[in-house]
Amino acid sequence: MKYLDEYRDGGAAQRYAETLRALVTRPWTLMEVCGGQTHSIVRYGIDEMLPPGVTLVHGPGCPVCVTPVAALDRAFRLARRPEVIFTSFGDMLRVPGSRDDLLHVRAEGGDVRVVYSPLDAVAIAEREPGREVVFFAVGFETTAPANAMAVRLAARKGLRNFSLLVAQVRVPPALEAILAEPACRVQGFLAAGHVCAVMGTAEYEPLARRHGVPVVVTGFEPLDLLQGTAMALRQLEEGRCEVEIQYARVVRPEGNAAARRAIEEVFEVTDRGWRGLGDIPRSGLGLNARYAAFDAERRFPDAAPPSREDPECRAGLVLQGRLRPQECPAFGARCTPEHPLGAPMVSSEGACAAYWLYRRRAAAGRVA
Amino acid sequence: MMAGELVCPVPLPPGGRVLLGHGGGGRLTRDLVEQVFLPAFRNDALAVLHDAAVLDALPAGARLAFTTDAFVVRPMFFPGGDVGTLAVNGTVNDLAMAGARPLYLSLGFILEEGLPLDDLARVVESIRRSAVAAGVAVVAGDTKVVERGRGDGIYITSAGVGVVVARSPVAPAAVREGDAVIVSGPVGQHGIAVLAVRDGLAFTTPIASDCASVAAPALALLDAGLAVHCLRDPTRGGLATVLNEIAAGAGCEIAVHERAVPVTDEVAGACEVLGLDPLYVACEGRFVAFVAPGDADRALALLKARPDTAHAARIGTVRPGRSPGLVTLTTVAGGERVLDLLSGEQLPRIC
Amino acid sequence: MCLGIPGEVLETHDGAGGMRYGTVRFGGASREVCLEFVPDAVVGDFVIVHVGLALSRISPEDAAEVFGYLEEMETLSDLGAEMGEATGGSGIAGPGGP
Repeated sequence: MKYLDEYRDGGAAQRYAETLRALVTRPWTLMEVCGGQTHSIVRYGIDEMLPPGVTLVHGPGCPVCVTPVAALDRAFRLARRPEVIFTSFGDMLRVPGSRDDLLHVRAEGGDVRVVYSPLDAVAIAEREPGREVVFFAVGFETTAPANAMAVRLAARKGLRNFSLLVAQVRVPPALEAILAEPACRVQGFLAAGHVCAVMGTAEYEPLARRHGVPVVVTGFEPLDLLQGTAMALRQLEEGRCEVEIQYARVVRPEGNAAARRAIEEVFEVTDRGWRGLGDIPRSGLGLNARYAAFDAERRFPDAAPPSREDPECRAGLVLQGRLRPQECPAFGARCTPEHPLGAPMVSSEGACAAYWLYRRRAAAGRVA
Repeated sequence: MMAGELVCPVPLPPGGRVLLGHGGGGRLTRDLVEQVFLPAFRNDALAVLHDAAVLDALPAGARLAFTTDAFVVRPMFFPGGDVGTLAVNGTVNDLAMAGARPLYLSLGFILEEGLPLDDLARVVESIRRSAVAAGVAVVAGDTKVVERGRGDGIYITSAGVGVVVARSPVAPAAVREGDAVIVSGPVGQHGIAVLAVRDGLAFTTPIASDCASVAAPALALLDAGLAVHCLRDPTRGGLATVLNEIAAGAGCEIAVHERAVPVTDEVAGACEVLGLDPLYVACEGRFVAFVAPGDADRALALLKARPDTAHAARIGTVRPGRSPGLVTLTTVAGGERVLDLLSGEQLPRIC
Repeated sequence: MCLGIPGEVLETHDGAGGMRYGTVRFGGASREVCLEFVPDAVVGDFVIVHVGLALSRISPEDAAEVFGYLEEMETLSDLGAEMGEATGGSGIAGPGGP
C-alpha cells in the first residue's frame, strides 16, 4: 500500500538504527505520546533497535485508557436502557468500569453496536426513529472533528433521537501535568502525528520553551518513529528544545483549519478527569450551549452512584511513563486481558496490552 | 456412495415461513423434509429415512476419522458463502486435516420460527452444491424449530466421517524440527467478508469469503507420498492462532516471516482501515501444512500448480529451540517479536 | 490517536448533509469517506483517513523526507567517524553538546 509499505522497510530501519548508535553520547529518555505509536513500536520491535541508554516511555495518548471510570459506568447505564441503541468504537468494548464492560452489558441484553465512524451512528439514528441512539464520543483532537461533524449532521437533518456521551480529551494539558510531576524523567517528546494534523504545532511551542524539552511531531510507521527519535535525540545532543515536524507529509504547522472550525463550532474546552491521572483543568472538550441538546448527559438524567477504580491498578503510573507494564506486580497475575484491573490491559493501544501481546514471554526471560 | 443429485426447483409455498409446527415431528415436519431437504440430498442412505443411516462397508483395515462442528454466523448470507457453505466445508476440512478422505455428513438444523422458507431453500441449495464439490453425501439430518427471538435464523451442527488415507499420522505430535510451514493461500478473507457486511464497516467492492473445501489439495499432498506431518485449517483466530495451537501441541518453536504470508490487497487495505492484524483474521478455505524439509519444495510446487492453491507460500520453519509452544515473527520492518494468542476476538479499532 | 490510513481518492460526490464525499481506495479495498475537511484534495490525491473522515492531504513533495533525513544522518555519522578517528573522540557532539 502506497505511503505505508515504504515506511516499513526493514533495510532502512536497520540503517536508521545504526545512525542512532553513532549519534548518541549519553542516556536519554523520550516519551511517545500516542498509543498508536506505542502499539507500532512494540509490534515492530522499534524500541529494541534503539541504542542502549535511549529509553522510550509510553505516554497517556490512549483515549480509551484515560476515559474516566465514571464515564464508563454512565455508558453502561445508558446502554442498559431498552430505548437506547448504544454505539461505540470497537476499542471501548472491553474496557472495565467499576464492574462490567460493554461486552457484558451486551450479553445481558443491552443494544450495544460497534461503529467505525460517528457518521454511521447518525445513519443508525436516521434509520431507527423510534429509538434513542447514543454515541460514545471518546478521543483526542484527532477524533474531535469527526464527532463534531456527526453532531452537525444530526442537527442539519433535524434528528431528535441522536446524542453524544462525550469523553473527549486534549493532549497539551496532559503533557503539562506529566512534566509537572517531580518524578518525571521525560526529556523529549514524540508528539502525536494525527492530533497535530488537526491542531497544528502552536500549542506545543510554549511547552517546549518553558520546560526545555524538544517536541518532534511524529508519524506511526517504523521509519517515522525512527526518524522522529533521531530528530529528538539530535536536539538533545545539541542542546536544543524546539518543536519540529517529522511527519511532514501529513502535518502542517497550522494544522487543519476546517477541522478546527468544526470543533470550535460544536465543542468548548472543559475540565476533565483522566483515568489514572486525576482531574486536569481545561483538558477536555464538551458540547457547547448551541449544541447542548445533543448531550446525552443532559438528555438522560442520571443519579450517579459512586464509581470505583481498582486500588491495585497502577494504570496512572503506566500512562505517565513512570512504570513499565511488566514492572507492575499485578501484570499477568491479578491483571490479564481476560480479567483486567484497568484500561491499558484491554485497549488495543494500551501499553500493558502491547506488552502482554508482544513481549510477555520475552519479559519472562525466554528468548524472543 | 453417490453424492446428492438435485431435483430442481424445490416446490415450496412462496413467501412461506418456518413455523413451530415444522419442528413438531408431525405432518409439517414431514413436508419440510420431503419438500426442502430430501430433494437436495437425494442418495440411497438418506432415502431409507430410518432413524440412522447404514453405510457401505469400508475396506479392510481402514481407519475412520470422525468430527463434529457447529455453525453460527451473522449475517447468514455473506459475499462468498452462507451458513450452509460453512457447515459443509468446515466439517469436510476438519476431516481432511486428519489425513482423511471425507465421505459422509450429517446435518442438524435449529431453525428460528419466522425464518423465510426461501432463505432456508437458499441455504440448503448452498449445502447441496458444497457437498457435490467436496465429494460427500449428506446421509442423515434433523430439524428442530425454536421460538422467534431464540435463534439467529439458522444454526447448523454437522458431523462428518471419512476414511484415513495418510500412511503415517498427521497430527501435531508428528511435527519435527526443520519442518517447513506452508500456507495454502491468502489469509483473512472470511473474517473481513463477514465483518464488512455488518453496520458501517462496508467497503464499496464487497470482499468475498474464501469459504471452500481444502480436501482436494490436502489429499493431493498425501497421495503424492510427501512427508506431511501436520495439517490444520485456520478458522476463528486466524493463522496466528493455529500456529500457536500446533506449537503447543507439538511442544516445538515455530518461526514465521511476516513478509512471506500471502494477503490480498483487498484484505490488507481493509485490515489497515479497521485496525486489524490479518494474521488473526479468520479463514474458511485455507490450510497450513507442516512438511519435512526434504519434501517442502515439491509440496509447494504441487500446491502452486493447482488453481485453488496457486498462491500457496512457505512462511516459516519449525526451529530448534528451548521454548516449546513459542511462535516468533520476523516483522516486515525486520524486527522480531512473539506472535501470541489473542485474549478474545479482534475488534475494529480507531486508535 | 490514532489510526489514520493513507488512501487514494478515486472520485468525489455530494453526500449526506450536502457534504463532500469521495470513494477512497486503501490497497485493494475502497470505502466512502467524508472529504469535507480536505477541500483541496482532488482525484488522484492521497489523504489520511480517520474514522471515515479525511484529515489531511498527503504532500508527495514531503513523502521522501524520511529517506532524505536518513542519508543526512548517515553522512553526519560518516563525518563524525572521521572526526573521531582524527581526534580520538566518539559520536557526534554539536554546538552546546553534553
